[in-house]
Amino acid sequence: MTHNGAGGDVLTLTKADFQSDQETRWCPGCGDYAVLSAVQQFMPELGIPPERIVFVTGIGCAGRFSYYMNTYGMHGIHGRGPALATGLATAREDLSIWIVTGDGDSLSIGGNHLIHALRRNVPLKILLMNNQIYGLTKGQASPTSELGKITKSTPFGVSDHPFNPVALALGAEATFVARTIDRDRQHLTEVLRAASQHEGAALIEIYQNCPVFNDGAFAALTEKDVKDANQIRLEPGRPIRFGADGERGIVRSPEGGLEIVDVADCGEASLLVHDPQHADPGVAFSLARLAEDPTAPTPIGIFRDVRRPVYGRTALPAAPASDAQLSELLLSGDTWTVA
Amino acid sequence: MAKSVEDRERVIIRFAGDSGDGMQLAGSRFTDATAMVGNDLATLPNFPAEIRAPAGTLAGVSTFQIHFASRDILTPGDAPNVLVAMNPAALKANLSELDRGATIIVNEDAFTKRNLEKAGYATNPLEDGSLSAHRVHRIPMTTLTVRAVEGIEDVSTRDAGRAKNLFALGVLSWLYGRPTEITKQWIEQKFARKPGVVQANLKAFNAGWSFGETTELLDVQYRVKPATDVPPGTYRNVNGTTALTLGLIAASVRSGLPLVLASYPITPASEILHELSRHARFGVSTIQAEDEIAAAGMALGAAFGGRLGVTATSGPGMDLKAETIGLAVALELPLVVIDVQRAGPSTGMPTKTEQSDLLMALYGRHGESPLPVIAPSTAAGCFDAAFEAARIAIDYRTPVIVLSDSFLASSSEPWKVPDVADLPAIDPRFADGGAVDGAVDGDGVADSDGAFLPYSRDERLARPWAVPGTPGLQHRIGGLEKADGTGNISYDGANHARMTRVRAEKVAGIARGLPPLAVDAEPGARLLVLGWGSSEGAIRAGVRRAREAGHTVARAHLRHLNPLPENTGDVLRSFDRVLVPEMNSGQLAQVLRARFLVDVESFCKLEGQPLFAAEIEREIAERQ
Repeated sequence: MTHNGAGGDVLTLTKADFQSDQETRWCPGCGDYAVLSAVQQFMPELGIPPERIVFVTGIGCAGRFSYYMNTYGMHGIHGRGPALATGLATAREDLSIWIVTGDGDSLSIGGNHLIHALRRNVPLKILLMNNQIYGLTKGQASPTSELGKITKSTPFGVSDHPFNPVALALGAEATFVARTIDRDRQHLTEVLRAASQHEGAALIEIYQNCPVFNDGAFAALTEKDVKDANQIRLEPGRPIRFGADGERGIVRSPEGGLEIVDVADCGEASLLVHDPQHADPGVAFSLARLAEDPTAPTPIGIFRDVRRPVYGRTALPAAPASDAQLSELLLSGDTWTVA
Repeated sequence: MAKSVEDRERVIIRFAGDSGDGMQLAGSRFTDATAMVGNDLATLPNFPAEIRAPAGTLAGVSTFQIHFASRDILTPGDAPNVLVAMNPAALKANLSELDRGATIIVNEDAFTKRNLEKAGYATNPLEDGSLSAHRVHRIPMTTLTVRAVEGIEDVSTRDAGRAKNLFALGVLSWLYGRPTEITKQWIEQKFARKPGVVQANLKAFNAGWSFGETTELLDVQYRVKPATDVPPGTYRNVNGTTALTLGLIAASVRSGLPLVLASYPITPASEILHELSRHARFGVSTIQAEDEIAAAGMALGAAFGGRLGVTATSGPGMDLKAETIGLAVALELPLVVIDVQRAGPSTGMPTKTEQSDLLMALYGRHGESPLPVIAPSTAAGCFDAAFEAARIAIDYRTPVIVLSDSFLASSSEPWKVPDVADLPAIDPRFADGGAVDGAVDGDGVADSDGAFLPYSRDERLARPWAVPGTPGLQHRIGGLEKADGTGNISYDGANHARMTRVRAEKVAGIARGLPPLAVDAEPGARLLVLGWGSSEGAIRAGVRRAREAGHTVARAHLRHLNPLPENTGDVLRSFDRVLVPEMNSGQLAQVLRARFLVDVESFCKLEGQPLFAAEIEREIAERQ
């Protein structure tokens, strides 16, 4: 973030300063706990006093997040978090505003607000907890549920093609797009840090496990025995390679897309070097779509991080006019006087 | 030749032409000149919903009506005394509204075979005697305009013909003795960058004036003396939209809260967005949201940040905003929601007026979610309504709905510009950390341990407004039911019952600060005519006429629909009969019957047009 503590004082904040007195009420083992803890742990790093931080949430399990942060918070209505937060950001440039949302909240009922907040580049940090299921309403398919998935609302399997949140955000002209995993606190924290340093809108998709209604959806990326083979870590300026010994990598395919290869076959020099600041979002889009769902090798990290004018930053006055100016306005146009 | 001058107390002129004929321009110029004379006036434009309706057809007719007089004017008038018809379609679309003896001034050149066909005339009405009940003046306006502007460089014959609206304006300006300088200055300023157009328009206007002065076709000039019963002060002509936006800015200045308007384009509310977007130097932020829902959410988000949050829309947008308005009821944050009503249901008739959103404003949300509803009653009164809505929203931490309508938004009248010092200051009373830090329960907003209580109450039952950035007052609010005082999530039944009651009592308590319902009654009146919203002018005029005709009748008008003035029930019960005229199927009548058990009678009009004084007069006469 670009904000500093008031008067340049060094703030000595700890995780405890960001914990509210409300008892957390997610299901035991919910991935939301890990994200909450990581966020609370990270917050002191911002150097912003808690009263200048606002968490805005929608409806869904993730919606409860705002109650647990000892900052200002608004638990809004389903999908409308980005709308509420855009109004707040327009009104108050001095605040650090975070949205916590879920796949149903932001990609289904609130899809319109999400894409417009991204294309406007409103200074909001959006944490999208993607568990590929509706948890709060007890287990219906979400817009990120994979094809064929059996849920309460899809007894014969999901037949609607799912959204890929990172690809969607890129298509919506987002200036910062990242993907991380609830169980990898270090990676999650690195992404939070990068997002906080980004000036405009930042979308972070967090693969978040729902132990009750969709347990193990991201096991390919989190379980010890398989995660090395499936996590493709995107690191700026570095060739993209993965596997226990970095034996696999990504190259541009002759057809124009990307493909996974054995580094031994192609040589390191041919590997794609990750560049989240590239002006053209095309490669980031291909990376986002490398795996159809997170059961195969899947990129995590920062896909895109570019600069574009930030919404609402204007040179216009932020304060109302004076009485004298108001009087002038009221008397503008053609007037006449009756004696 | 010598021409006579006749005095008239009041005149209604309707300029009618094709959408491209510039009738709104001619009408608004005539209006400004009329204001200069010192006549009281009221105007009403009316145009097709389609931006480019087929030329020459009935669907493409655009009109502008002005009613001006030497006494106070209450409405834009019912039937025009003078119709200016620029083509056959304009004549046909308006003829049925003229009384016998009305004057018709036509652009004779436009009555071609093809134009007559487009308007659906089998024969030329100028020739077939069908206009014999009226005084018809045939003027070849196009020919005379083209001749007048001949020889001006850079002006084609086609462009020349387009100045005929200024020719018509010139004729009317002569006929009613309007000053010409103000119109000429306007032409020079408006087209300053196009000298050819300035010249063409000036020549057309002058030619129209001279035509009136010299031709034998028009033998009488009319004089409408300045109105004498107008209170002293400085005046300007405003329509409801302008008055409303000025009221919002005034509330912003007098509260010290920057104004944030979030809106989605919709007829007829878009003009509010357009007007406010020009006032950024007054600290006004405007956001064109992605949809109606977002617009409401953005306004509410801004309110959370300590701003005056406003969203403006029309009926279809209100459907979508209901969810956010409900959240504002739960959050107890100030929010001003403006509904410029139009005829529904669904898309309905976007450019036609109606008062049919009253029940939606009062009840159109799930759960028990009462909120104040204010309805301006005149175009100029939109200033006071907007200011009052903001004041109540801020004082009581509540969403407020302002029910304007298409008629108010576009009709205009002189407005006595208020002295800024006379506008009450609005104190946002932000909670500051002082009382909490000192663990002193000074504001009643902290518990005994000094913890902030975001859902504590003041004497108005309003809760503290603690905005982000205030140290020590971090708190969380949301749509879930809150525990009394702490604002923590609560599903406790007794608490919910208490909170529901408190929210209702808070809104009901606003009535204590409202002026009582004033009754304009004659001794012995047994019939009360009670209106609300934009129909005040028509009802006042109708009542005035009924009294002049010898009837005894009382009149009152509601500007606060929720809560109602405290004496409303007493007023209703003090008359034998109560007539409620509305541009809906009896929505206020239904509320009054349910609330006060009074056998209210409805007069309902659902034609997409404002109520007319003549209709009110007739309804009163039928009940004597």
